[in-house]
Amino acid sequence: MSETVAIALTINGERHRLRVEPRLSLADCLRHHMRLTGSHIGCEMGACGACLVLQDGRVIHGCLALAVQADGTTIQTIEGLSESGAIADLQAAFHERNALQCGFCTPGMLMSAHELLAQNPNPTREAIRDALSGNYCRCTGYEAIVDAIETTASRRARGAA
Amino acid sequence: MKAGDFAYIRVKSVVEAVAAFKACDGEPRYLAGGQSLLPSMNLRLQAPTLLIDIARIESMRRIERRGDEIRVGALTRHAEILASSEIAGDVPLLAAAAPWVAHPAIRNKGTIGGSLALADPASEFPAVALALRARIELDDGERTRFVTAEDFFLDLYETAIEPGEILTAVWFPRASPDARFAFDELSRRRGDYALVGIAAAATFVGELIEDIRLVFFSVGPTPMRVRDAEAALRGKTLSDANIATCQAALAWDLADASEDVQTSAATRRHLASVLLRRQLHRLRPASAA
Repeated sequence: MSETVAIALTINGERHRLRVEPRLSLADCLRHHMRLTGSHIGCEMGACGACLVLQDGRVIHGCLALAVQADGTTIQTIEGLSESGAIADLQAAFHERNALQCGFCTPGMLMSAHELLAQNPNPTREAIRDALSGNYCRCTGYEAIVDAIETTASRRARGAA
Repeated sequence: MKAGDFAYIRVKSVVEAVAAFKACDGEPRYLAGGQSLLPSMNLRLQAPTLLIDIARIESMRRIERRGDEIRVGALTRHAEILASSEIAGDVPLLAAAAPWVAHPAIRNKGTIGGSLALADPASEFPAVALALRARIELDDGERTRFVTAEDFFLDLYETAIEPGEILTAVWFPRASPDARFAFDELSRRRGDYALVGIAAAATFVGELIEDIRLVFFSVGPTPMRVRDAEAALRGKTLSDANIATCQAALAWDLADASEDVQTSAATRRHLASVLLRRQLHRLRPASAA
């Protein structure tokens, strides 16, 4: 086994120091070391989008990042976003529109939607679908998810007006 | 699956990186964004014994204007290319290609240097580099050398990079005001690997094509200039008849188009021909439309 590496990172606002094996993915680090199991592990090859987290404010795949690479960065998981209330309206819209069934893809969907709405507060349905192109959902057929994101965008626009 | 065991070292300079590479008696690999290397390690297609993390080498980061060229540091992420006003203004073909690269989350981490160094036959930036006559900057820790895109892509996943050398930047010529560009690709789903794609760059004298470079990707082991199709248009207008002649010439260029389980060579040639016609229409100067 390779030597472990000491890393320090901020996860959901808290500083953490830990020693990790180089081969440990950020997603596994969050799930197994931090017990943050909201980031799901599906394909482990960057196709399904269930493991998305925010690194320094940008969405990345937890399965395509090593924990050692995340040293010194700031990570937000779905737990952090959820508990801060930052996406409460988005979550409510998903709930109202039944934009989830099994829920496996939902954390990743919320991450992608969160980044999209931060960059483009008034996206077209095509732009929403494009933003979700790296997120697989095997239950809903996507239509309800696109609806929920569109609804959130228009509610936020009205709220800001 | 998960990657096998390996050692990891993070470096702050090219010199340090090359030294670590040379000191390794196993199989060292440089790690930048990791958006191709890490999935292939998770799939156990590759098993390097040492990853040398070059992602924090500051000198490989910036996008800057240098005379008639734009130097794009190898660590520039795809999302940064998408957001860059320098790229949008001076290298519009690169800006046009960037939204086609993978998915948003991959674009937040993947780097242009990684994309060119890997030279995946289905990837967008190698084709853009070839269409624009980009120069690739390589550094072995002792000296820097430049290789033109034309001489860089040698074969499937094979480039002119020597063992231990690092791709440190890509130099694109700044677009002249009279140049026109087009980029498009066809894939089964948005963000999937392209079945066929094209990057086109042309200059005009009035309505006549002065020079045109047409590069297809995902049709062979490397991005490919289609020289017969280009020759069919030089000195001509983009009339419907000339476009048809160019499409006929393309069939010769793509006689050996690659084939896989999903897409036959004949299908690829057909899709390439359709893409070519669409892009040539887009390249037409406004007055000729």
